Amino acid sequence: MDDYVSESDSDYTSYWRDWFISSRGNEYFCEIDEDYLTDRFNLTGLNTEVQYYQYALDLVTDVFDLDCDDEMRETIEKSARHLYGLVHARYIVTTRGLAKMLEKYKKADFGKCPRVMCHSHPLLPMGLADIPSQKPVKLYCARCEDIYNPKSSRHAAIDGAYFGTSFHNIIFQVYPALIPTKSAERYVPRCYGFKVHAAAALVRWQNNQRDDMRRRLRKMEVESGFKDGEDDIEGDDDDEEDEEDEEIGELEAAQVAGFIEGAGAAGVGTIAG
Amino acid sequence: MSTSSGVPESWISSFCSLLGHEYFAEVSEEFIEDDFNLTGLQTQVAMYKEALEMILDVEPEEDDEDDDEEEEEEEDVSGDARDGLPGGRPHGERRHHSRIASDLSVIESSAEMLYGLIHQRFICSRAGIQQMSEKYELGHFGVCPRTNCSQTRTLPVGLSDIPGEDTVKLFCPSCLDVYVPPNSRFQTVDGAFFGRTFGALFLLTFPEYDLSKPGGEPITNLSRNNGIDDMMNGMHARNIAPGLGPKKIYEPRIYGFRVSEAARSGPRMKWLREKPADITVLDEARHFAADDHDSDDDDESMNVNGQLIATGRRRPAGSARLRAQQQRQNQNGSPMAVEPNGGAESEL
Repeated sequence: MDDYVSESDSDYTSYWRDWFISSRGNEYFCEIDEDYLTDRFNLTGLNTEVQYYQYALDLVTDVFDLDCDDEMRETIEKSARHLYGLVHARYIVTTRGLAKMLEKYKKADFGKCPRVMCHSHPLLPMGLADIPSQKPVKLYCARCEDIYNPKSSRHAAIDGAYFGTSFHNIIFQVYPALIPTKSAERYVPRCYGFKVHAAAALVRWQNNQRDDMRRRLRKMEVESGFKDGEDDIEGDDDDEEDEEDEEIGELEAAQVAGFIEGAGAAGVGTIAG
Repeated sequence: MSTSSGVPESWISSFCSLLGHEYFAEVSEEFIEDDFNLTGLQTQVAMYKEALEMILDVEPEEDDEDDDEEEEEEEDVSGDARDGLPGGRPHGERRHHSRIASDLSVIESSAEMLYGLIHQRFICSRAGIQQMSEKYELGHFGVCPRTNCSQTRTLPVGLSDIPGEDTVKLFCPSCLDVYVPPNSRFQTVDGAFFGRTFGALFLLTFPEYDLSKPGGEPITNLSRNNGIDDMMNGMHARNIAPGLGPKKIYEPRIYGFRVSEAARSGPRMKWLREKPADITVLDEARHFAADDHDSDDDDESMNVNGQLIATGRRRPAGSARLRAQQQRQNQNGSPMAVEPNGGAESEL
């Protein structure tokens, strides 16, 4: 019993899971219900995945009472974290798990999208693999539908399998009201107000892809998810784009030197895009 | 009178070494002393003259009598004094009555603003963009947070050229998108201090950089084996958004099955990260020329451009080029002229 006191008593006298989710670096995890953990069906197959499975499970469920040396304790502790992570991946796709993660999502516990045009939309944690120790956790933004690396190295070291490849998609199937409206707003590189040709050509092509998709969706009578106004003026979008191009033109590398010299420093900022 | 730079730490280098100012280049005093480069800034910055003095470390000696100091100032920043002569003297006198400690903080913030606005212009000049390219090579501007860009280097940009509108952002040349810097200390840095032009101009100035290189590795230039055919739309085809396109788009899946586009929660934003598998699709001018359009099209300039490219020549007309060169010689601090690191010049 001495071990309990010497190691760090609060960890073991209070609930292990409480301690785990409140410790630094584990902000992405939610607390798994006792009921879920004690139902063996939910843990199917994990005994082959986790070392000292039974001890680890005891530790997680606060019934651990083995007298052992520090090294052993350390190993079991590590196994317990691994086990918790793997159960976590299963738990968060259950009804209760989804609700818990939803709360965290609403509080932006997983961070905000770094993309400027997403205006700090909250992120969701996700894995690129369901098999442990393959890829670290990534963050999914539902607004731009892309994935990002966590800012902090503490989080970047978490195994992606603790969240799985499906959770962040399932949550939007279960709560369709949460799907953010999509926006066509984007960054266009410019030189003194002029679009850069290489990037602008790509943007035009991408916009065509988007409009094709919208047409497809309209045919299938599926909501496109874009803002209402934008949906209506689908055709106008292109016209606007073209007009703009005609007015100000675009730059290629070869033209830059000559043009900008002519404009001079005083012209900076006066040419609006 | 030349200012003694470097003996103690200059205002500029101490400003650039402040926490959160890691993205700034050190503007050369030469550039600041050229009045042409400061055109129009007087109206944008309060206490312009004092701020400029502070930046250049031309500290007027407080203990001396007013007259002496006034004269000294005129010597030091002669160009500026000439410019602001009508308003200069009363302005200066007012300062002497009120220049107490509290004023210093006002001047300090004015100086920061002025430095930022000069910086916006400086990093688009030859010397400035060169300095920024060194910082880029050293990875001072951080890396793209997008997973599929695999940590490529970013560039600091502003979304507006007008100060006070938005903070500095990071432009990723690999996915052509802008991101919020990861560290909150950059959220106090004005985006206008970098400006809207720098990011795009950098790519046009240094087309040779291999943009797909991760920030942790030393940057390399694109290998030249593909020759001139590699160029498209004014850039190396391989450098057009290398982080986009097939295999670089995240595909949402549930238990291994792709989420259908027809689902309400299905993918809607793929276009943002898409790129044609065959990049030559984007060579609009060539396609336009190939289509053999009639010239009664109202888009005349496009047609000209198409013919130029169809003949394989991309240089501007001879006379325009000559004029450009003359101008370059006349204005010593002209914002654009490139040769280092295989810049646009060598591409012509």
